[in-house]
Amino acid sequence: MAAEGLLSVRSVSKSFRGLRAVSGVSFDVGQGHIVALIGPNGAGKTTCFNMIAGAFEPDAGEIHFAGQRIDGMRPDQVCLSGIGRTFQLVKPFAGLSVLDNVIVGALRRNRQVGVARRKAQAILERLGLAEKRDQPASALTLPDRKRLEVARALATEPRLLLLDEAMAGLRPTEIDQMVAVFRRLNEEHGLTIVLIEHVMRPVMALSREIHVLHHGELIASGSPDEVVRHPAVLECYLGAEAV
Amino acid sequence: MKALIAATPRRALVLTAVLAGVLLVLPAFANAYILSVAILILYFAYLGQAWNVMMGFCGQLSLGHSLYVGIGAYVSAALFVHFGIPPWLGIWAAVLACMAAGAAIGVLAFRFGIGGVYFALLTIAFAEFTRIGFDHLDWVGGSGGFFLPVTQREFNDVLALRGSPVMFYYVMLALTGAAFAFCTWLLRTRIGYYWQAIREDPDAAQALGINTFRYKMLAVVVSAGMSAFAGVFFAFYYNNLFPEQIFSMSRSIEIILGPIIGGTGTLFGPIVGAVVLTVLADGITELMAAFGWEVPGVKQVFYGICMLAVIVFLPNGIWPTLARRLGLERSNRGRGDGG
Repeated sequence: MAAEGLLSVRSVSKSFRGLRAVSGVSFDVGQGHIVALIGPNGAGKTTCFNMIAGAFEPDAGEIHFAGQRIDGMRPDQVCLSGIGRTFQLVKPFAGLSVLDNVIVGALRRNRQVGVARRKAQAILERLGLAEKRDQPASALTLPDRKRLEVARALATEPRLLLLDEAMAGLRPTEIDQMVAVFRRLNEEHGLTIVLIEHVMRPVMALSREIHVLHHGELIASGSPDEVVRHPAVLECYLGAEAV
Repeated sequence: MKALIAATPRRALVLTAVLAGVLLVLPAFANAYILSVAILILYFAYLGQAWNVMMGFCGQLSLGHSLYVGIGAYVSAALFVHFGIPPWLGIWAAVLACMAAGAAIGVLAFRFGIGGVYFALLTIAFAEFTRIGFDHLDWVGGSGGFFLPVTQREFNDVLALRGSPVMFYYVMLALTGAAFAFCTWLLRTRIGYYWQAIREDPDAAQALGINTFRYKMLAVVVSAGMSAFAGVFFAFYYNNLFPEQIFSMSRSIEIILGPIIGGTGTLFGPIVGAVVLTVLADGITELMAAFGWEVPGVKQVFYGICMLAVIVFLPNGIWPTLARRLGLERSNRGRGDGG
């Protein structure tokens, strides 16, 4: 697994003012896999993401991506190495149009604005945002802003996409649409995806492998079926009595 | 260029052409007073655009732009007076000096993560200590002022920037037009998109692969370099330079009022703002004089009232609303800047 792994997180830890947010977490993500990171609130999922994406530097441990050590890199360098991310608290470029938001992402691989515009247009169509391309991003509803986050990250043409609760707040039918989009990207383009989700519907539908975090530690890993029957997982989600 | 014209409403193109035409023939009809006001408008329109690159496009607030005007003015004037170097050569030294000053501020601020209000304070600090430094720099006259020799000439000498107000009018018009074209082009390149992304959300911009340090530096350096031209113009138009005046905080405020009132981040905002402010401020001064009233500081009070009115009624500035009213908005731009 480690040999073919696209992303390899090796015993990373991160503390904030003495609070251990993530402690000794390791996992690998194989090329072309879809992997979910789940866990209760405050389990350290987003902190893990932020360390992979370069927003935080780990206190200890290493992160490797495509044969390159990326921990401690700046976010823009991580993006250039081929990792795209979305933010849990969406960060649209509010004053720019939906299309211009995605063009900014597409300019990462295309210096010409004209070329980037065509790419951005295609991505908006794929995510069902094409009709809203001329609206300012500030006018979008939350589900559309979530879509815009994904569109912008995809426009950078990443090998690995980090989705931080990209489907939270969406209706079940909308979730199914997004799941279909991700599945197609995964199957047709070999896009590797790591997702954080609270909603189990997309997690179960998409992931090949699930890692469960609790109090900053990895308590279980495995296929979706294994994980939902894992005693430690049941305990942290439902309480000790349920086991 | 073709795409730009195609994306712009017909009315906007016609209006721009009419405006350019009026500006080109204006000196033929204007008296000396009107011409001096027109030059002042163009001067502030130009500087407003330079400041707008940094704040309007990239979101980096400078409250010390008088620094670049002053350095530009002093460098070109000193080269001219002491070494006889003509302004069209000296200007490049002035541009480089301003870019270096901008880069120094940028490195200090952006390397150490100083942003927002603290960055603005740093820009004030640089302008202030440069002013104090020039007060004691006897080579260029110190606080007593630095003067360019004024000679009566038969002909306008554009290259030496010696001549009649009409010549200065056309020089400033060319500069303003060039700045407008340059800004229009910038906004439509990758640089422009990256600047706007940084302005809207630096974290998201960085996550999309933008080296925010590099692009913020670029904005400061471009803005400083553009401002240098205004400084050179100032030196050769007014022929006298005083550190207390040219580097003063109130100069910096005058520079930024235009684009704020006109609409930051827009292409026409700085120009509209310069027209409104200069015409009204001069109008009020004239009016007071006509009535024989002597009220010091009336211009500053007037600026304050303008600011208040715009902030309360038009928080995005005059231009976005004006453009909408006139039907000049471009279809494919989300920001209602119409240009």
